[in-house]
Amino acid sequence: MKTLEIPTFECETGNYHTFCPISCVAWLYQKIEDSFFLVVGTKTCGYFLQSAPGVMIFAEPRYAMAESEEGDISAQLNDQKELERICVRIKNDRNPSVIIWIGTCTTEIIKMDLEGIAPKLEKQLGIPIVVARANGLDHAFTQGEDTVLAATTHRCPEYKNNHRTTNQHEEDVDKHIAADVTPNNKFFGEKSKSNRSNLVLFGSLPSSVASQLNLESRRQSVSVSGWLPSQKYTELPALGEGVYVCGVNPFLSRTATTPMRRRKCRLIGAPFPIGPDGTRAWIEKICSVFGLKPEGLEERENQIWRNLSDYLEIITGKSVFFMGDNLLEISLARFLIRCGMVVYEVGIPYMDRRYQAAELLLLQHTCKEMKKPMPRIVEKPDNYSQVQRMHELQPDLAITGMAHANPLEARDIDTKWSVEFTFAQIHGSINARDALELVTRPLRRRSDSILGCRSLSRQTAGI
Amino acid sequence: MKLAYWMYAGPAHIGTLRVASSFRNVHAIMHAPLGDDYFNVMRSTSERERDFTPVTASVVDRHVLARGSQEKVINNISRKDEEQHPDLIVSTPTCTSSILQEDLQNFVDRASLSSESDVIPADVNYHRVNEPQAADRTLEQITRFYLDKALKRSSLDRSVTNVPSANIIGIFTLGFHNQHDCRELKRLLGESGILVNQVIPEGGSLNCLRDLPRAWFNTVPYREAGLMTATFLEKEYGMPYISITPMGISNTADFIAQIGKLVNVWASALSEKRLNYKPYVENQTKFVSQAAWFSKSIDCQNLAGKEAVIFGDATHAASITKILVKEMGIRVSCPGTYCKHDAERFNEQVQGLCDEVIITEDHTEVGDTIARIEPSAIFGTQMERHIGKRIDIPCGVISSPVHIQNFPPGYRPFLGYEGTNQIADLIYNSFNLGMEDHSLDVFGGHDTKGVSTKSLSTDRRDINWTPEAESEPNRIPGFVRGRARKNTEVSAKQNNIPEITIDVTYAAREKSSS
Repeated sequence: MKTLEIPTFECETGNYHTFCPISCVAWLYQKIEDSFFLVVGTKTCGYFLQSAPGVMIFAEPRYAMAESEEGDISAQLNDQKELERICVRIKNDRNPSVIIWIGTCTTEIIKMDLEGIAPKLEKQLGIPIVVARANGLDHAFTQGEDTVLAATTHRCPEYKNNHRTTNQHEEDVDKHIAADVTPNNKFFGEKSKSNRSNLVLFGSLPSSVASQLNLESRRQSVSVSGWLPSQKYTELPALGEGVYVCGVNPFLSRTATTPMRRRKCRLIGAPFPIGPDGTRAWIEKICSVFGLKPEGLEERENQIWRNLSDYLEIITGKSVFFMGDNLLEISLARFLIRCGMVVYEVGIPYMDRRYQAAELLLLQHTCKEMKKPMPRIVEKPDNYSQVQRMHELQPDLAITGMAHANPLEARDIDTKWSVEFTFAQIHGSINARDALELVTRPLRRRSDSILGCRSLSRQTAGI
Repeated sequence: MKLAYWMYAGPAHIGTLRVASSFRNVHAIMHAPLGDDYFNVMRSTSERERDFTPVTASVVDRHVLARGSQEKVINNISRKDEEQHPDLIVSTPTCTSSILQEDLQNFVDRASLSSESDVIPADVNYHRVNEPQAADRTLEQITRFYLDKALKRSSLDRSVTNVPSANIIGIFTLGFHNQHDCRELKRLLGESGILVNQVIPEGGSLNCLRDLPRAWFNTVPYREAGLMTATFLEKEYGMPYISITPMGISNTADFIAQIGKLVNVWASALSEKRLNYKPYVENQTKFVSQAAWFSKSIDCQNLAGKEAVIFGDATHAASITKILVKEMGIRVSCPGTYCKHDAERFNEQVQGLCDEVIITEDHTEVGDTIARIEPSAIFGTQMERHIGKRIDIPCGVISSPVHIQNFPPGYRPFLGYEGTNQIADLIYNSFNLGMEDHSLDVFGGHDTKGVSTKSLSTDRRDINWTPEAESEPNRIPGFVRGRARKNTEVSAKQNNIPEITIDVTYAAREKSSS
């Protein structure tokens, strides 16, 4: 087969279940240690945050609601005064390095000028105020992080260009030295190469995963000069001409374009480091941009696959259906196909074909290599139709949101909560095992379930 | 704008959805942006619901913002009508639709022309009511709709049943132990010779609603939702109702006495024998419920005079206060509720049983009150359980907001005679754990743990303790340690002592014991 099967994209009604993008505060406030997230919205938003993403609320979180009341909606109260009052209190109570306002549907509809008010209050309070519009009108679930990171990009310090010229100079010197010494001399080699690369990675990952990815790239002599977001707001990476940026998550398309368009950075379009195959492709792409020849990657990938053999045995040949709610679907599907699974359908809230181009290409290659059909990719899926399709296809596993998990289980379809992939550590080769641990859990449990109990649903009509 | 970290009662649409999805074959369509359908998550996970939650969203996106919903809501209603043939579709407003001020009534009118299902808009104002109030209103609205409909078609059977019967109003999904309570309530009525005519909304079928007036009377177990329906039925159909919550021995006895009264009114009218419930109550109290015996036993003696703080919805907080004070001899320093709209009645209920009452929706206020009082046990919601964890005070959960732990598969009613047993367990276990901890401390069980400061405020370190003095409170049993520490600090402050040495701690202790 010479030409690759062109992926077909379908688009349905958008009647699907996903989390509201404001849920990103639940993991971002933990990632950015000196931040405070203020969600400007209504009781609906607040109740969502406290009941759906979990019980983290009890750990004195650094997030809160600025709850709009009737007076705010009808503009009887002055938005700026109200926000000022609340932010002063937050400053006094918590003294954060940054307050991040999360705009919601309400602020969109009543056209509250958060972007206009923020600079004024920022001056008054002396604390940076970042505005991110993570609302359910425009975005789904993980895209919330995208809006926050895109907004934070503007706050990154300027990367000094003259720094670059000195770099160039050093580089030349290094080249001379490198010519003199043997290529095996790792110390010199590493030093010269790492100076050359100014790589900023974007995407919020737990610090342990971030350092694992740092390590992966350092092995190839690419040093990561910074992360967006950093552990602390005060440590944001420098951006500017000469800086390369690369994403680690598939839902960060705005964040990808902002440094490119606004900060003159260069974007590395790579597949995402999910699964050993993805991690390898990711590293290879980065290396190729910096003109490096990756070393020992194949051996390393094979090693990881060998370590996964017990899990692969369970899932090879099994089928999976992604209902779609967090935009990780394409990468996960690609990884699972490489693991030997058959993917029937990849539902996805939003498909940025440019940002995900490399990932889509890898998906095609993987399908070809594994001799598996290309899954159908459904943008803005319709959950009701999906359940009908699932009823016909009877997949071995459905990766779905919590709203559908129990009902599907009762109808004898094994499920995995998709949200877990957002919170679990699945990036990098090392964590491939964790990702498969999640995928195989319902399938492993299967064997010891009570026999003779097929469908446990009470609804009579339909599936 | 209000700075808020946590809320006890949810937004209005949650109440509407809880009622709608409790009825059989009713579908709710929310007019809401993407992500607002988290009610499905709550119901599917907390209740471990095995069926798809009959709630969908007619998604509000940029297009709707720009041009209005136009046909979208109507199409979604007709689509649901075709796909799932519900008896009723409830068009549910959210905060978004209330700000957009779209005319839901108009959509509903147009949609109902083409759909076979009945369609109604939930008449709930997002800004004015909260979750329980909205649930109350929606239940009344649906009931009224179907009774009016039956009246118009003159298919309404207004004759009462031959044997005494009752409706149970206000059992619904995501309610605190509602399923178990319902079973217990049915048993209670059954044993009193009352037929259960209908339970609404949980599992209720809309076609049967027209038979509601056939019952002799209504019972509303929870004050939060159901009262509106009961008053409507009283006004329009002359049905009396009982709003006493049969929680605890005396409340249950009152409840049955009320039944007796209502039934016997009819008994004389129908020239039947009067029913006597006294022996039943006595028998149940003595032998079925262990609570009466429990409160007499030595165990309960040990609890006498202990302090507790209670917080929850109006029904549960008031009933548990009554049980603790009147039936167990425990001191309730401060009962409280977040049901502000029912504050008057709550005050009335707990009057004379406690020192102070707290009515607030702010969990930090509750936390601070608990920290100040330092009770031996707390009975509250999940929030209070976490407050208790932080300051090392045991907590029994008696009211929503709840999480999955509060939906036990096992039988755990709070109502009726079995309920009294469950409550006795809950209360005794909470205190008992505290006592166990205390005796471990007394006998040096786990002295390795650091000083529990028993305080919610973070800025306590304004006074210095020398290491020597620091170790001193460790020798004091855990459950009074916080207080001893506080007393020492207070006395040091009064005497202008900047640093607490071992001498100061002794002096303070002498002073407080004298």
